[in-house]
Amino acid sequence: MLIVTCPNCGQRPVEEFRFGGEIPSPPSDLTDSVERDFDQVWMFNNVAGVQTERWYHDAGCHRWLTATRDTSIDRFVE
Amino acid sequence: MNEFVETLLSLTWHEPKTSYDVVIIGGGGHGLATAYYLAARHGITDVAVIEADYIGSGNTGRNTTIVRSNYGIPESIKFYRHSQVLYGQLEDETGCWIMHATKGLIWLAHTESAMRSERARVQLNAALDVETVLIDPVEVKLLCPQIDLSGGGRYPVLGASYHVPASTARHDRVVWAYAQGAMQRGVHVLQQTRVTGLLRDGDRVVGVRTDKGDIAAGTVMSAVGGDVSTIANYADVRLPIRTHPLQAFVTNGYAQGLGPIISDTELLCYISQTARGQMLIGHEYDREQSYSRQSSFQFLQSNAVKMSYLLPFVRNLRILRQWAGRCDVSADFSPIMGFTGVDGFVISTGWGTWGFKAIPAGGEQMAELIATGSTPALIAPFALDRFAADHSMADQGSTGTR
Repeated sequence: MLIVTCPNCGQRPVEEFRFGGEIPSPPSDLTDSVERDFDQVWMFNNVAGVQTERWYHDAGCHRWLTATRDTSIDRFVE
Repeated sequence: MNEFVETLLSLTWHEPKTSYDVVIIGGGGHGLATAYYLAARHGITDVAVIEADYIGSGNTGRNTTIVRSNYGIPESIKFYRHSQVLYGQLEDETGCWIMHATKGLIWLAHTESAMRSERARVQLNAALDVETVLIDPVEVKLLCPQIDLSGGGRYPVLGASYHVPASTARHDRVVWAYAQGAMQRGVHVLQQTRVTGLLRDGDRVVGVRTDKGDIAAGTVMSAVGGDVSTIANYADVRLPIRTHPLQAFVTNGYAQGLGPIISDTELLCYISQTARGQMLIGHEYDREQSYSRQSSFQFLQSNAVKMSYLLPFVRNLRILRQWAGRCDVSADFSPIMGFTGVDGFVISTGWGTWGFKAIPAGGEQMAELIATGSTPALIAPFALDRFAADHSMADQGSTGTR
C-alpha cells in the first residue's frame, strides 16, 4: 500500500488523498511570457522519475501538501 | 513471441540497417499499422519499426479490445467510424483471422443527467450514420438477461444507449496481421532495440539513437505508448500528456453467456466475454500519474464490487490474473496525431484508454501523412497545434474515464 506523509496527520494510506497533479514548470529557456503562460496551462513534463506534485488530504485535514514521488516505480521519496 | 506462434505466421526478422526512409518508434498496433499502410498503400517499403521489447508487448497487448465509435463530438465519431469500417475489412485485406466479432455495446445510465447526455449522444451518432439507439431498462434486460436492473439497490438502471456495431478483436492477432503484412512487403521490424535519443541536424530530426547503434531516417515517427514524453523531449517537443496506469483483470474461462459488451460511465467499469470464455473487466485509469505497471489489490476490490452490483453472477467467478498498462492521457482526452513543429518528426499519441479501436484508421492516416507530407482531413482536427489555437477536442464523457 502506498503511504503518504501528511505534515499535519502523519503517515496515511494514499486512498485518503486526492491527486492534484504535477506542479507546472515550463522550461527555463522559454522566456516569451505568452508562450510561458500557454506551457503552464497545457503542457506537462510528465517525467519518468522524481516529480514534485500536489496532494489534497480529502479524508483528513483538508489541506494541500507538496510531495516528491518517483513516477517510474510509484513510490514517494524522502 | 514463441516458436509455435512464429511458425503460424510468416515473419522474417532482419538486422538493422544504418539508414531508412522512415523509422517508426514503437512496435505496437499503431506503429505496425502505419508501417503496413506505408508499404501496402504508398509503396514505401524502406521502413523500420523499432520495438524495445517484443511486438505488441505494450498497451496493444494490455487493453480490453473494444472497437466502438459512439463518441460525443463529430470529429471523433467520423474518425472512429472509419476505423470500425477498416476493422471489418482487415481479415479480407491481410488474410489473417483477427477474431473480429460484432457484439453490441450497452452504455448504461443511472441518473437523469446521464440519460440526457445519452439522448444527445444518440442524436449526434444518428446524424453521422453511426447506429446508436436509446433503450429502456426492459430492452436492456432482453439484451443482457444477467443484469440486475436495480444495480444492487444502489445504481438503478434508467436506460442505456445501445451502440449496435461495437465489436471486439483479438489484440495479438491484430498486431501479427499488420506485422506480417508489413514484413512481407519488406519492412524491417527490430525487436529488443531501445531508442535512447534522436539524431538532430540543427532543428531537424534526422534519425534515432538506439542501444544497437545509430539509424538515420528521412522521417521519424513516435508511436510509443507510455514513454512518449521521454521521446518527445529528445526533440524538445512539449506535449499536453500525462501518463497514468490503467488496470484490468480476467476471470477463468466459462461457457459463453454474456452477449453484449456492458459499459458503465458512471461507475466507470466495463465487461465483455472473450472468445475463450473469460470475463474481461476493466476500469478507469488510476488517479496519480505513474509509469509503474504494478497492479493493485485496491483496484481489484473496487472494480469487482462495482461489477457485482450490475452483474451479480460475477461474484461466483474466479479471477485468473490482473495487469496494468500505461496510458498517455492528453489534456482534452482526444488523440494527438500529425506534425510536431520539428521537421522530420511526426507523432501519434494521446491514445489514453482509447487507442486499440483506432489502430487501422490511425495507421492509415499517419501513413498518408508521411507519404504525402500533408495532413489528411480526417485527422486534421487532432493536430498538436490545436491547443495553441484554442480548438481542443474535449470529449471526456465518451472515454469511460473521469
